[in-house]
Amino acid sequence: MTQAETLAPPVTVAVRRRTSWWATADAVYRLALARGRIARGPLLFVATLQSVGILVLLRGVVRHPDRATGAAVVAGASILVVAFVALNLLAQRFGAMRAGRSLDYFAALPVPVSAVVMGTAASYATFTVPGALATAVVGAAMFGLPFGQLWLVVPAVVASGVALSGVGAAVGLLMPRAELATVAGQLGMTAVLFLGLIPPGHLPLALRGLRQAVPSTYAVDVLAAGLRGSATPGGVLWRVAASLAYGAVTLAIAARAFRRAVAQ
Amino acid sequence: MSQAAVSVREVTKTYRAGGPADADTVANDRIDLDVHPGEVFGLLGPNGAGKSTLVRQLVGLTRPDRGSIEILGHDVVATPSVAGHLVAYLGQDEPALLDLPVHAAVTTTARLRGESRRSAAAQATDLVDELGLTAIADRPLAKLSGGQRRLACVASALAARRPLLLLDEPTAGLDPVARREVWAAIARRRDAHGVTVVLVTHNVLEAESVLDRVAILDRGRVIACDTPGRLKAAVSDDVRLDLVWRLDPPYCDPTVASLAEKAVVTGRRWTVRLAADDARAALGRLTSGAAFASLDDFTLATPSLEDVYLALGGRDDDLERA
Repeated sequence: MTQAETLAPPVTVAVRRRTSWWATADAVYRLALARGRIARGPLLFVATLQSVGILVLLRGVVRHPDRATGAAVVAGASILVVAFVALNLLAQRFGAMRAGRSLDYFAALPVPVSAVVMGTAASYATFTVPGALATAVVGAAMFGLPFGQLWLVVPAVVASGVALSGVGAAVGLLMPRAELATVAGQLGMTAVLFLGLIPPGHLPLALRGLRQAVPSTYAVDVLAAGLRGSATPGGVLWRVAASLAYGAVTLAIAARAFRRAVAQ
Repeated sequence: MSQAAVSVREVTKTYRAGGPADADTVANDRIDLDVHPGEVFGLLGPNGAGKSTLVRQLVGLTRPDRGSIEILGHDVVATPSVAGHLVAYLGQDEPALLDLPVHAAVTTTARLRGESRRSAAAQATDLVDELGLTAIADRPLAKLSGGQRRLACVASALAARRPLLLLDEPTAGLDPVARREVWAAIARRRDAHGVTVVLVTHNVLEAESVLDRVAILDRGRVIACDTPGRLKAAVSDDVRLDLVWRLDPPYCDPTVASLAEKAVVTGRRWTVRLAADDARAALGRLTSGAAFASLDDFTLATPSLEDVYLALGGRDDDLERA
């Protein structure tokens, strides 16, 4: 007779509470940060250089930009740093996690999947803040914009990071191959580039509607208002809230994509 | 409600073919199993037998096409996420943890299983010490040898106590010393806390050394399930005679010629299954005759679980023996 057969009949074991959302996001954030430690510097440099390069190009092309145009261009270029990371790199990262079966580790733990996505995204977003700030400062100097409300770059980066990272994660998780995830992330970044940088008044009517559908638009508008020196608390709040709402929806989509990717 | 810690009924899982030229693969075919509480239960079988597929279904990562799975009173097929609360799962590899240092990897798993930051760090320190990883606690898993990395993954899986351990080949790639440390760590959890363990292995020695009961899988089906001792006793009284030849076997010797007809030849090794009396007599003649000069080594052993597997019709003989 085995030891097991001598034991009393089992009772149902109660299920403990799920690990909290914040604790999960925090642990995953640290895990993802360890991964990005080596690649972080060069990627940030590339992302920032790309945005500053666009600003230099546009400043050279437009001889006497008005304040509204300058603010729109600088805001769009600054948020492009976030888009590069949240869409492009995050889509690649989740595509690689899917291909490498890293998702199983999280799926076998009692954690909210949206917190896993957010923790990973946040670790990438962390190193976009200095890049976006540097772009905004350089841009404001080049286009002669006021520096007084430049602190708005921080809520704008957070808002756009939340709004875009769910999209990047979902793309990486839904694409059947990691290469396709990279291409899709790149296309998304291109959309943010054009619709974010070009001042809304210069866009054809059809594209203005499309601009409003891009998750990062509200963050671009927050920063643009700050660079014009005309940001109001109400305007900032509703646009940040819109970004967060977008983020909640895209995170929910990413969480579904995560479960689907594991099941496959 | 089932009285087993793990109850599997009629579980079937088929992987659909990728293209018209491929055939569907039946990974699990109407599997029935009961694992008792506090038991170290093994799934033994060659590669491709369906062990990992079964374990993935137990932990809710894969959904069965048919059948039911109950873990500690909870229906895992209806609610796969419940498994994460009850089961500590170790997959065949853990790529998610590769960039973390060993201590941080164990801490992270404990945190994600709901432990506070302080408790997780304290548990990680204890686990790293228990498995002899203290000297490399600050090194990232990616920079460790395969065996050290596996040991670190085992430590991570053991973080934050769970009533059921589901370990997919926990000792794969480990040296004998590390393997015994893992076995001891598993035994301590069973003895001290009544933890139930389901352990996947294709190593016969591991199966015979640590398992209370074992299910032998072959091509998606359970072909036997009992204690290792009862399984071995049930299949045959035969013993296994292994002969390793230094030179070409002397076929002119009548004993050698007779054994050659029944031997499974692997390089210079012959494995012959015989009735115990016949084996003793054959070995006596070989060691006292001229053929002895050609022999490099010989062993006479009672049946192993590998013999059970073969006697029950197992065909993919890639079980590990050492």
